[in-house]
Amino acid sequence: MEWADEGIVLSARPHGEGGLVATLLTRDHGRHAGFVAGGASRAARPVWQPGNHVAAQWRARLAEQLGNYTGELRTPHAALALDDPPCLAGLSAACVVIEASLPEREPHPAVFDALLAFLGVMGHTGWATLYVRLELGLLQELGYGLDLTSCALGGPADELAFVSPRTGRAVSRQAAEPYRDRLLTLPDFLLRGGLARDADELRAGLDLTGHFLERHVFWPHNKPLPPARARFMESLQR
Amino acid sequence: MGGSEIERLIQLLGRLPGLGPRSARRVALHLLKKRESLMRPLGTALHDAALAIKACSVCGNLDTVDPCGICTDTRRDPGLLCVVEDVDDLWAMERGRIFNGRYHVLGGTLSALDGVGPDELNLASLVRRVDAGGLREVIVATGATVDGQTTAHYIADRLAGRGVEVTRIAHGVPVGGELDWLDDGTLATALKARRAL
Repeated sequence: MEWADEGIVLSARPHGEGGLVATLLTRDHGRHAGFVAGGASRAARPVWQPGNHVAAQWRARLAEQLGNYTGELRTPHAALALDDPPCLAGLSAACVVIEASLPEREPHPAVFDALLAFLGVMGHTGWATLYVRLELGLLQELGYGLDLTSCALGGPADELAFVSPRTGRAVSRQAAEPYRDRLLTLPDFLLRGGLARDADELRAGLDLTGHFLERHVFWPHNKPLPPARARFMESLQR
Repeated sequence: MGGSEIERLIQLLGRLPGLGPRSARRVALHLLKKRESLMRPLGTALHDAALAIKACSVCGNLDTVDPCGICTDTRRDPGLLCVVEDVDDLWAMERGRIFNGRYHVLGGTLSALDGVGPDELNLASLVRRVDAGGLREVIVATGATVDGQTTAHYIADRLAGRGVEVTRIAHGVPVGGELDWLDDGTLATALKARRAL
């Protein structure tokens, strides 16, 4: 078995003395782990940092085996984010959330493209908005997509302002009145497109996606949302 | 092969870093051949070290006394504190003899994936040391990795507003390094951290 693909390093755990087990999100082969011989060496370690975009080759005798990765660095996203606390926190959060959410060896090219786009704009204006869209897309890919096109209670579609925490469907301002305190805020930028106007809108977006990730992805596995995500939210508040 | 003692010796040696089963057998054989000149003194040294060496209650360094020799050395600058991930990083800094302050060993880094949070690290004692006063600069010398720098930023946040300057060591081109041989990540970091000549 052998294939070559581009991938984004989600994690790299030391294994043995000089090797590591890297998990990549590849475009055509999904989240896929492999052993990197000598990956913990001084020369190879910078390549296998979370967030880095690599050209990877995977080889194994049988498809079920862990297999071996070799790879070449394409874009050092990790190195570019090291000096910027919110970017580094965003990179860690994105990698950890995707690593914990996606099933192994199932292609999700849309998530790959979204993550690559997010890493590419990190540090530029409005980059954190893309993180919210990344998580929204991840929910969609996992089959828990939110319906933000019409009001679940029959209200007007042009006044959507809340989301039901149970169904993930939007609710208009008028129809939401009796249940307002039980609904999640739907930030405007998720309806009109573009960037979040301020930190509050961004926070509302992260609360929204966080709620559904927790409910559908993490709770069924008896796990909380990763602390890295909470650290990312904190870093945006500063 | 030999009896159970030899097997056990090989098994234990094989657990050491850098030694696999084959090299463990070689080491065991070598020790047995030099029983009096090497094996017994080594055994005694291991025994004594296991009894005497402990972690310093101030900085986390390993020494036979607590507080350790570095913490009690009056020739060191008490206003400078270097925060390192592990004892081997402290030893690396000491090897260079370029730092004349004191240290604080974290015992690892924050790790999003492995679930290592602030409570698992030696961070509370770092804050206590800073609050105790007498420090003017804390130098964060964690690795240039995602986890290492996440930890560095976390420390900077925790120490903000406590009246101490927080700095970190530079990342970039190593001395003697040629640009052609550097990885893209190091080059990018070096370029971002450029300064006026």
